[in-house]
Amino acid sequence: MNGMLGKRAISSLVSLLALIVLVFFLSRLTGDPAALYLPVDASEAMRENFREIHGLNDPVIVQFGRYLGDLVQLDFGESLRKARPAIDVVLEAFVWTLWLALITMTLVTVAAIIVGSVAAFHVGRPFDRFASVLSLIGASAPDFWIAIIGIVVFSVSFGWLPTSGTGTIWHWILPISVLFVRPFGLILQVVRGSMITALGSPYVKTARAKGVKNRPVIFVHTLRNAMLPVITVIGDQAAALLNGAVVVETIFGFPGVGKLMIDSILQRDFNVILAAIMVTAVAIFIMNILIDIAYALLDPRIRT
Amino acid sequence: MTDHLLEVRDLSVQFHTAQGIVRAVNGISWHLDRGETLAILGESGSGKSVSASAIMNLIDMPPGEITSGEILFEGRDLLKASDEERRRLNGKRISMIFQDPLGHLNPVYPVGWQIAETAMAHGRGKAEAYDRALALMERVGIPDARASMGKYPHQFSGGQRQRLMIAMALALKPDILIADEPTTALDVTVQAEVLSLLEELQEETGMGLLLITHDLGVVAEAADRAVVMEGGLVVETGTPRELYHNATHPYTRKLLAAAPGKGAMREPEDGPEAILEVRDLKKDYGGFEALKGVSFDMHAGETLAVVGESGSGKSTIARLVLRLEEASSGTARWKGEDLLTKSPRQMGKLRRQLQMVFQDPTQSLNPHMSVFQIISEAWVIHPDILPKARWPERVAELLDQVGLSPEHAKRYPHQFSGGQRQRIAIARALALEPDLIICDEAVSALDVSIQAQVIDLLGKLRDELGIAFLFIAHDLPVVRDFADRVLVMQRGEIVEQGSVRQIFEQPCAPYTQRLLAAGLDSDPDVQADRRAARLALAGN
Amino acid sequence: MSNSTTHSTGPTDQQAVTPEAAVAAPVTGGPSGLRRILRMLVADKLALLSALFLVIVILCAILGPLFLAEMASDTNLRARNAPPFELERGFAYILGGDALGRPLLARIVMAARNTMLIAAGAVAGSMLIGSTLGLIAGYAGRWTGEVIMRLADVIMSFPSLLLAVIVLYMLAPSIGNLVLVLAITRIPIYLRTTRAEVLEVRKRMFVQAATVMGASRRRIIFRHILPVILPTLLTIATLDFAFVMLAESALSFLGIGIQAPEITWGLMVSQGRAYLTNAWWLAFWPGLAIILTTMSLNLLSSWMRVALNPTQRWRLEIGGKKND
Repeated sequence: MNGMLGKRAISSLVSLLALIVLVFFLSRLTGDPAALYLPVDASEAMRENFREIHGLNDPVIVQFGRYLGDLVQLDFGESLRKARPAIDVVLEAFVWTLWLALITMTLVTVAAIIVGSVAAFHVGRPFDRFASVLSLIGASAPDFWIAIIGIVVFSVSFGWLPTSGTGTIWHWILPISVLFVRPFGLILQVVRGSMITALGSPYVKTARAKGVKNRPVIFVHTLRNAMLPVITVIGDQAAALLNGAVVVETIFGFPGVGKLMIDSILQRDFNVILAAIMVTAVAIFIMNILIDIAYALLDPRIRT
Repeated sequence: MTDHLLEVRDLSVQFHTAQGIVRAVNGISWHLDRGETLAILGESGSGKSVSASAIMNLIDMPPGEITSGEILFEGRDLLKASDEERRRLNGKRISMIFQDPLGHLNPVYPVGWQIAETAMAHGRGKAEAYDRALALMERVGIPDARASMGKYPHQFSGGQRQRLMIAMALALKPDILIADEPTTALDVTVQAEVLSLLEELQEETGMGLLLITHDLGVVAEAADRAVVMEGGLVVETGTPRELYHNATHPYTRKLLAAAPGKGAMREPEDGPEAILEVRDLKKDYGGFEALKGVSFDMHAGETLAVVGESGSGKSTIARLVLRLEEASSGTARWKGEDLLTKSPRQMGKLRRQLQMVFQDPTQSLNPHMSVFQIISEAWVIHPDILPKARWPERVAELLDQVGLSPEHAKRYPHQFSGGQRQRIAIARALALEPDLIICDEAVSALDVSIQAQVIDLLGKLRDELGIAFLFIAHDLPVVRDFADRVLVMQRGEIVEQGSVRQIFEQPCAPYTQRLLAAGLDSDPDVQADRRAARLALAGN
Repeated sequence: MSNSTTHSTGPTDQQAVTPEAAVAAPVTGGPSGLRRILRMLVADKLALLSALFLVIVILCAILGPLFLAEMASDTNLRARNAPPFELERGFAYILGGDALGRPLLARIVMAARNTMLIAAGAVAGSMLIGSTLGLIAGYAGRWTGEVIMRLADVIMSFPSLLLAVIVLYMLAPSIGNLVLVLAITRIPIYLRTTRAEVLEVRKRMFVQAATVMGASRRRIIFRHILPVILPTLLTIATLDFAFVMLAESALSFLGIGIQAPEITWGLMVSQGRAYLTNAWWLAFWPGLAIILTTMSLNLLSSWMRVALNPTQRWRLEIGGKKND
């Protein structure tokens, strides 16, 4: 397990480095920040001065060398837009995203496991059909559309929920509900499928031949085995949320990484883009390790 | 009429499938008494396991349906009992073990807990259940039982897993133990150990043992009485001796005739020089030595059998010689040229001379190709063998040669039975007109009667075409009937080699002796002698 | 599917009585190819409905612009934000009018072309490139495979938004370029699936049997491996078609996808957002078009998973008999 972890860390680092190089050079293709941050009628001298201050005048390769040099000292550079250290800007946004992802995934996991398992015990019966429709709609619906409809219904028509911001607990309800839909649909399908497989497995037959009662057969023998494929999907979905839910965060004015990312890209705030990529990469790496640990806890075959 | 421990009367079970209703068993009756071992003998599709599933309430309904009959346990009809009542009997009064212990043990829980669970499911306290589990693990011979309680199924060998299953089934000293093909997936020496363990436990507890098997040898070794099943019907019942000597039903006779190991042994002639010379062949997988330097010769037209149990490295030889895997060191000279150093291109050309027939024909035939495509692929790859115009004619000829009909060329593999599929695989190998065919457990997945037919076919091809066979098998009786010479392998080494008569009549290596003693014979009298010999061997 | 060959397991009797095994037994060849597929489609009512819906969408995409191009772009100030379900302005206004008074129904039909074109292009492109790379990664040596997999990692974690913006600035915002962006981001899906499948399939006995016969690598890949994994790839492609549609509409929604005057359903939702409070239908109908299409694709994909798998097919075939 330790060897695997080391190998994983190295290959992730290699990928991350390649990613940073790519993003660093490619992002500069989106245009000159000076054109964006200075007034339209700014003189060429003012532009020159702006570039000089932010080190944008040197050849890109020199800029990259300098960036790496700073990075080694954990200096992620300044945000052009906010005139603050880029890493601070990113971490601030990341905390919001982390909470959003954590709450959403917890709710999704609990709900999907319950609904999916119950559906699996009642294959083909009304509850199962209902769950299938639910999961189908969930997996098919565009999140921005649900968000808009949600705003129309709950904020505009009934006036129950605020449309954007993060002030109160009420502000969280719509974004979480919208983010809930798709992962719920996907995970529900996997739970149902793997539960059905596990219920038909030979070891369940053994348990019945031993005279084990129905409830332990389901909750002790089946559920733990059925969770193995589910964990992988949960990991994928959580990773997607950690990358920032751009659309939902934009619609609800939620100050998370996704919104920060799109704003920074459109505003050519290169340092923030790079810092955001690194922070989410680290977060996803840690989460993958947690997934591996969960896997190993559930399945002894992986431990050895 | 209720004096039997367990009695099945007129039981019929059917399953609803795509092809309509399949009658799995049709009005079968049998009974089992205390302290008795009853074998249900049948090939695949005979319905031999169905009554056991019905007894244990393990038939999924739907698609299954019990249409008639009763199952009397101590005079009470189980089919009329509630699910809860039957649950209380399962594991406590009637227990069951299965063919594939790895699949049937829960992979994510320690085995100690799984054994204790039987007792806990029937209301025993945790401490008592665990004590009992420990005692049982010691009783069935798990080494270092206390530490092994916390281990998981994948950490045990196949034989140990079956012992664990037995411990689990016997936790509450049931009156009946149903064993469904309990030794089929095990090596012969392990099979003998597991069977004698079952027998000892039966003597200790006086339970009735229901042994479901396809193996006449198992019946001869272990059963007091046997029920022969075919096509969902009981065709004959009797003691193993009665059945062996005075079988009345044609099916039973056919089954007995098909049992290998009774034909004349072949006498190898000192023929032409070697076509394949293997020297000091080694293979290790990251520290584990699968082959530790194996050397042997093969002559043109000769049949050389390689026997050994799982992990002996016998299949590795085939894979290395055919370059499906790369050897760690050694040479394999084919007509003077070392196969192991050939480039892929050179090897590609040579391949037509050495062909292979795999264990499982279901998996060795591409399901997306028709039989014609499968066989003619040989000529697509090696176009110089046959001009395209002659393909249909030659495919028909080959199909005829392996006992299929030319119309079969248009069909796909899934439309054939297992034995027919293996014939197709043989036809494919013949299409290249090879000098050597390597058979890797080529008949071990087939039913006995089919197995005999395929062996007959291979023998015919050997005589007609002069093809040499490298015949890899774990089943000694088959080897005895078919091979000229035998290599016996154990843990990556050849422990003995010689003519088939020498190996079977005067084995020198202790391992060969043990292997032969562990093998089961379909004749109960021969088996009784062998059993005595085995016990003597164990005593030494 | 993953029952690997272990040491001889002998004949098993339990299997013989399960429905799967009963079907695996000799069966007379039924009607082949298209007719068989159609029959299985009819057996699954939901899949049939989905397929019909998708055919309609495709017809709209192909034929719509021929007839409705003018109607969809003519502004009509009197029909600005016209509410739905009023027939006085003609049937084209059944779903209402947009902010410039253009009939929504006509615009949705028009937008189907771009929406479908982009998704189809992106799926075809990513499937072709991804599965080719996956075949190479699965069949080539360890190093090549490793490099390709790391490449997939990089693509996976490269922010698609950034890619979209880069392409938008570097190249003109066109349908072709949007296809490029989406295709690149979806490559890893096919790459990984194909590689995993190749690694599994190449161990199968019939591939080894072909090797033993002396088959070339190319023959093994194209004749023996590809036909086995193709159903999986097609199933994923169907599912991914829905995903790409959602991704395209999200990009268009954020303003970094397709640009007006071109239209897609996603862009229509985005444009309708400004009028949410007084004309909900502007955003609602194109959103519904998206959801119905993706739902149909999802349903069809789960049907394909069964229909294209020889060991699962019987489920549909008995389903058909029961429904009759």
